[in-house]
Amino acid sequence: MSAGRLAPYGLTPARKRRDRTARGAILAGTLVALIPLLAIVYYLLEKGLGSLSWSFFTTDPTGNTFFKAASIGGIQSAIIGTIEIVALASAISIPIGIGVAVWLVEYGRNSWFANTVRFFVDVMTGVPSIIFGLFIYIALIIGTGSSYAGYKGSLALSLLMLPIVIRSVEVILLLVPAALRESALALGAPRWRVIFSIVLPTALPGIVTGVLLAIARAAGETAPLLFTAGATLKTNTNLSQFMNSLPVQIYNDVTSPTTAVVDRAWAAALTLVLMILVLNLIARLAARRSRIA
Amino acid sequence: MTSEGPASEIADMEPDELLEPDPATAGSPTPTDSRANAPGGASAAATDQGAVQAKPAVNVRLEQLRAFYGEAEQVKGIDLDFRANEVTAIIGPSGCGKSTMVRCINRMHEEIPGARAEGRVLLDDLDVYDPSVDVVAVRRAIGMVFQKPNPFPTMSVFDNVAAGLRLTSRGRGDLHPKVEAALRSAGLWDEVADRLTEPGAGLSGGQQQRLCIARSLAVDPEVILMDEPCSALDPIATLRIEELVDQLKTRVTIVIVTHNMQQAARVADRTAFMLDGELIEVGPTEEMFTKPTDPRTEEYVTGKFG
Repeated sequence: MSAGRLAPYGLTPARKRRDRTARGAILAGTLVALIPLLAIVYYLLEKGLGSLSWSFFTTDPTGNTFFKAASIGGIQSAIIGTIEIVALASAISIPIGIGVAVWLVEYGRNSWFANTVRFFVDVMTGVPSIIFGLFIYIALIIGTGSSYAGYKGSLALSLLMLPIVIRSVEVILLLVPAALRESALALGAPRWRVIFSIVLPTALPGIVTGVLLAIARAAGETAPLLFTAGATLKTNTNLSQFMNSLPVQIYNDVTSPTTAVVDRAWAAALTLVLMILVLNLIARLAARRSRIA
Repeated sequence: MTSEGPASEIADMEPDELLEPDPATAGSPTPTDSRANAPGGASAAATDQGAVQAKPAVNVRLEQLRAFYGEAEQVKGIDLDFRANEVTAIIGPSGCGKSTMVRCINRMHEEIPGARAEGRVLLDDLDVYDPSVDVVAVRRAIGMVFQKPNPFPTMSVFDNVAAGLRLTSRGRGDLHPKVEAALRSAGLWDEVADRLTEPGAGLSGGQQQRLCIARSLAVDPEVILMDEPCSALDPIATLRIEELVDQLKTRVTIVIVTHNMQQAARVADRTAFMLDGELIEVGPTEEMFTKPTDPRTEEYVTGKFG
């Protein structure tokens, strides 16, 4: 409150009311946005936590979905499948994606070709995930007359991840101050060394964030895996065969008429979220440790 | 444009000093070679002149240098000599092309998309714009210190100084002696000797700039270009840099762009005045400030504009 001497400079009551209204509206918006987030976490914990146990993680689903809870099995094959499929997809898409982003920022810049690449990357970002699955299905399963395989699911996921990695890394690389590149170039460093020794380390925390985003997105995808990696009950570590995965397991379980199986879907969903959370924490710690400033 | 003639004549009209290197140059086919061999050189003239004088007197020469950003001509045909072991200051109002001109010398100008340069920049007698010349080699010979101190944020003090050596694949073996020597040359050793492993970005602004100078010294360049190195620093840090420039000129040729005319007067042996992309006048610093030939120089150095 501006009283006395400063009163003429104070806010009018109407202005104060508008300020309060605007702040209130922003706060309300934030709270509304938080509701689904908190609700998801709440439901996952509420419905999934009860089914978590050691044997849940260490046994395969039995396929006995119409009998009592003890016999339906856990989700070991789905966890292992998801880890392997996503790891291979990451191994394919992360190096290529970072490479494309580096090329766009450091070499292509605003050339005709670079802008064309950007356009197609943007188009790919908007492609529904099932289309990537269909593409792999037609190209590698119908096309070759072979069957489902874990690595085919990885390829579908890597197509999905690629544009996400490219776009997020490109944005981060653009944030690296041009002065750092210049001072390294002025020391007589070749451009590739500037990129590897200065640009990428400086951008590392941001790159990690972008890459994690892509991994998290891919780990939760069902559609590209349904007709590429297939679904199976038994734990299988061979990427060239049918492979189970958490999203596909959830997809199959949640439509079951048996309560215990639906509960397994919730617990599997909770597991997936926790896995991504743990990955996030590990990557962030690693990125922080590797950075001095 | 008309002023260009007289200005470049002045640049060429220090006959006794310009003639000095000629015997040395004549002694061997190329000045570069003669300098490389100077310590044990066969040329009597070179040995007589001693270590410092062994360098050709003109270290960097600009011939009709023009620089463009797209279609806009920012540097409009400059002829200018930078003499070995001298400090040459470039003064002039903002936007007159002094930074652009200096960035052409080590070919940093072309890093800006759409930017290009014409004309010749001779390092001794080698045109750095010759198609056979490797741009990376040019920048190893001609170092640069920028306006804003920009130590590499991911690196420690030590690694910042070693960065140049490592980035140019000369970082094998124990770098400690080289890093220490560079830090001592930059007058920073005593302040950072016990914090070599701390982040370079944690130093004060003035220390960071001296760290950047140490970083460019570590790769042992022949020429150092300084683009307004003190404009982001306080007066005491500025003084430290100026003292440093004075000490370094025995080792390297220094070109310093500055907004600050007092700074030019304090550090430079010779001063060049630029206006609208043209070189108006160049001469010994004292003359430039006391009895400039061109009326525009006089107006600028007396503070009538700019």
